Amino acid sequence: MATNEEILPDLASIVEEVAGVDAAEVTSEKSFVDDLDIDSLSMVEIAVQAEDKFGVKIPDDELAKLTTVQDAVDYISSHS
Amino acid sequence: MSATGQGVVVTGMGATTPLGGDVATTWDGLLAGRSGVSTIDEEWVDTFELPVKIAAQLATEPTETIKRVEARRLDRSEQTAIVAAREAWAHADLGDYPSTEDGSPKVEGLRLAVIIGTGIGGALTLLGQDDILEQQGLRKVSVLTIPMLMPNGPAAHVGLEFGAAAGVHAPVSACASGAEAIAWAWRMLKADEVDVVVAGGTEACIAPITIGGFSQARTMALRNDEPERASRPFDTGRNGFVLGEGAGMVVLEREEFAQARGATVHGRIAGIGTSADAYHITAPDPEGTGQSRAIAAALRTAGIDPSDVGHVNCHATATSVGDVAETVAVKKAIGEHPVLTAPKGSLGHLLGAAGAVEAITTILSVREGLVPPTANLEELDPDVTLDVVAGDARKVSLDAAISDSFGFGGHNVCLAITPA
Repeated sequence: MATNEEILPDLASIVEEVAGVDAAEVTSEKSFVDDLDIDSLSMVEIAVQAEDKFGVKIPDDELAKLTTVQDAVDYISSHS
Repeated sequence: MSATGQGVVVTGMGATTPLGGDVATTWDGLLAGRSGVSTIDEEWVDTFELPVKIAAQLATEPTETIKRVEARRLDRSEQTAIVAAREAWAHADLGDYPSTEDGSPKVEGLRLAVIIGTGIGGALTLLGQDDILEQQGLRKVSVLTIPMLMPNGPAAHVGLEFGAAAGVHAPVSACASGAEAIAWAWRMLKADEVDVVVAGGTEACIAPITIGGFSQARTMALRNDEPERASRPFDTGRNGFVLGEGAGMVVLEREEFAQARGATVHGRIAGIGTSADAYHITAPDPEGTGQSRAIAAALRTAGIDPSDVGHVNCHATATSVGDVAETVAVKKAIGEHPVLTAPKGSLGHLLGAAGAVEAITTILSVREGLVPPTANLEELDPDVTLDVVAGDARKVSLDAAISDSFGFGGHNVCLAITPA
């Protein structure tokens, strides 16, 4: 199982790749939509890349619950 | 000179073409008679044993100016549209985009429209995503597939960028699409629906299936060994067009609006004419009947006498029938006196972008009093009995010029262009 410290930098670089948000801005307390201005289409792209990177499955109904970066890190950590 | 209502003036121009990444380098290349055609450096040319191994590819990759994250959300035909539209907007000095924080555009979004045509649309996205679906499964298909392949995508993206709320339209009339966008803009401005329109055309579909399809229709130039000599409008040695990619955009304004904000005017779209051949799905009417009606309509709406037209910027793609038919139409509608040129000798055929890029070169010809040569015109087809500029650019003082655009399907769109 990957630790939070291992997941965050990789997730941040995916967010940067997909949405153009500087990886340094992608910190755990940030909301994807409200703070990082990421739209629903980009969230799907981020999820697909995260699935490949971390070997997890993120179904659409689970994805909808991932509000903050920390939510995503926790989900990946507990499902990988 | 306008017959009805107020004038429609050109205040901005932008382009990215096989000759250069902006209007200035494109125009310089045309005046020099340079060719933008080169060998396609892709494996698929050999894989599919395509009879055509050349194309007029962009001189400057759009990603040189568009940010990477932005570019990955855009089809190539949307990228080219964005590049040309930004140049035209800046040229028109319309101020910051509405999307910037301290944006102060000089036109209200509610009085701004965007009209961008394309012949093929996002074919590269459609093909690429279909490959992904078949080889990697649905999971890997981009969430942006549809907005990237839809033919109104370029207009929609440019409209979003500038905050155009009066209308975003995408005429599709094959190789007349770019000119049709300008004609549509002219009508909106004449009707006082808007103050400003960003109008033009875009195309980026150099792929095995488009080259294969046009080849099967026996419409493409086959001079693979000499790419720069392959596109030869009006020449006895012509054997078809060379597929190209690019975009051209103009900013058009109601004359009163442009005057009030002190904009620099580069020329006028004095009139427009559209018609349909109602003859054949791909072949032009050899009598030039529909084409001559479109030219005549452009002169009528402009209030211009045929004797005032000094120049025709021809559609001439370098097919055997098409080039001659166009000269028949010019003779019928205007007479024997105009000086002709065929920019596709240099640019190749930009399909849905052609009419817009060539409208720009016509505007520049009228403004500068300079008609570029038809590249590769070495021996004029004896069936062409008009004065076609070849070799060097020619100085001609112009009161009016016509830009012709015709498309598969029998679409004819002609623009009457006059000085500022």
